[in-house]
Amino acid sequence: MLEVEGLSAWYGASHALQSVAFGVAEGEILCLLGRNGAGKTTTLKAIMGLMPRRAGSVRFRGEEVLQRPPEARFHLGLAYVPEERRIVPGLTVRENLRLGLIAARNRQDEARALDRIAETFPRLRERLDQQASTMSGGEQQMLAIARALMAEPRLLMLDEPSEGIMPVLVDEMFDLFARLRRDGTTLLLVEQNVELALNLADRAVVLDQGEVVHRAAAAELLADAEVQARYCAV
Amino acid sequence: MVDYPLDLLALQVFAGLALGAVYVLLALGLSLIFGMLGVVNFAHGALFALGAYVGVFLLGTGWNFWAALVAVPLAVGAAGLLVERFLVRPLYGRPVDDPLLLTFGLAYVVVEAIRIVFGKQPEPVETPELLAGAVFIGVGYFPLYRVFLIGVAALVVLALWLLLERTRWGLILRAGARDPTILRVLGVDVGRVWLLVFGLGTGLAGLAGWLAAPLQGAAPEMGVPVLAEAFVVTVVGGMGSLLGAVVAGLLVGVTYSMTSLLAPEMAKVSIFALMAVVLLLRPQGLFGRPGGLMA
Repeated sequence: MLEVEGLSAWYGASHALQSVAFGVAEGEILCLLGRNGAGKTTTLKAIMGLMPRRAGSVRFRGEEVLQRPPEARFHLGLAYVPEERRIVPGLTVRENLRLGLIAARNRQDEARALDRIAETFPRLRERLDQQASTMSGGEQQMLAIARALMAEPRLLMLDEPSEGIMPVLVDEMFDLFARLRRDGTTLLLVEQNVELALNLADRAVVLDQGEVVHRAAAAELLADAEVQARYCAV
Repeated sequence: MVDYPLDLLALQVFAGLALGAVYVLLALGLSLIFGMLGVVNFAHGALFALGAYVGVFLLGTGWNFWAALVAVPLAVGAAGLLVERFLVRPLYGRPVDDPLLLTFGLAYVVVEAIRIVFGKQPEPVETPELLAGAVFIGVGYFPLYRVFLIGVAALVVLALWLLLERTRWGLILRAGARDPTILRVLGVDVGRVWLLVFGLGTGLAGLAGWLAAPLQGAAPEMGVPVLAEAFVVTVVGGMGSLLGAVVAGLLVGVTYSMTSLLAPEMAKVSIFALMAVVLLLRPQGLFGRPGGLMA
């Protein structure tokens, strides 16, 4: 589904990613681990097309997208929920959800998509006409994920979705991820909560200082205390 | 101090609202462009003048005022599309003074081009027959054309509000003013949105120019004082706030018109004094919030 090869990216003159390579297979959950500053967020941004200086290759569903703008990647079925959630202030929950479909080819199905999302996210259903910025952090995170799912993406990239969220909501969220995988959505997950992420994911890729340092099946890495301590300890 | 009869004062308030209507149209365009694109458009006054001259040109070829009223904003808006696409767009991502200097220079080019084509002498523009004369508005007789001016501005404000609050496009605009990056992630071609916003804002400047022409005629440099006043309006209302543009436009118009009655030599200064007071009390302007486009 996604093949990343020799991906490099820069912030100004500093080399943030150095020839990163990994693939995500259709229907799996791949988690990207590593310390703060290891390059996880930058990797997602580069895949989405938000890094102005980048090199290498990003192939999504067979198409080379490295030089294409983020909106083109969206139309191929790539979705991205950034770390800061980016719920648009001043808009209601419903308006934020509508944004998820506003540019999609199937945007006339808005009512159906809203119904589907309201079913998946019962917490949002009662709050459709509430100002999105008045919701709790966890609910806003749910909204950001729901918005990304409006257009029924093929691959959903999530940047630290559990950060700063009540444990009960985190459980709910991870149940949702498992359900999404079952329904055929592929997930690329960046997480600080290593144990939680590895219990859910199929495979893991570990980054350190902008390079891939380890690849393993999730279960294998879960048992590998040494690698975890070396690259994932906060 | 001389005593002024109340009805005279009331009429002067109306005169101020009519003046304010022109400011509102200009400030709406400035605010839209600043709120969405972060560009301070110094060419806005020149495009105001261009609007008047496009109208003058069309009248000369046999069009009437009303046909020109439709064609002028379209023509100036189209010019705005070209300016965004070929001049402003390459400057996105650069410091804010780059597009500012560009539009500042563009203003000179446009005004000079008008001088070359139409000459330096102002062109008188007649009030359309249908709107000539005065109408009784309760406190006295008031020029019908100025009532029309207030009406057009009110219609534009209403249309813009409906666009922003009730349409898919408006949702894109409101979201884009706050977070263009998330719009791109959600598949919106933000470059195209900015292009159309620039066209819309400049089209409003052209409309204002043609509407102002029967009041003062068309002159190549007619946009210079008006631009300064329109900036006062956007600062008083809050940069990027559309509600602010409307309220402050009318407030500045009335302030100007009342001081021209009571102390004519203070009229120009009064609106800058108003701006200074507002900035001291509310540095972000009456309705300004950092980085927000609001209906």
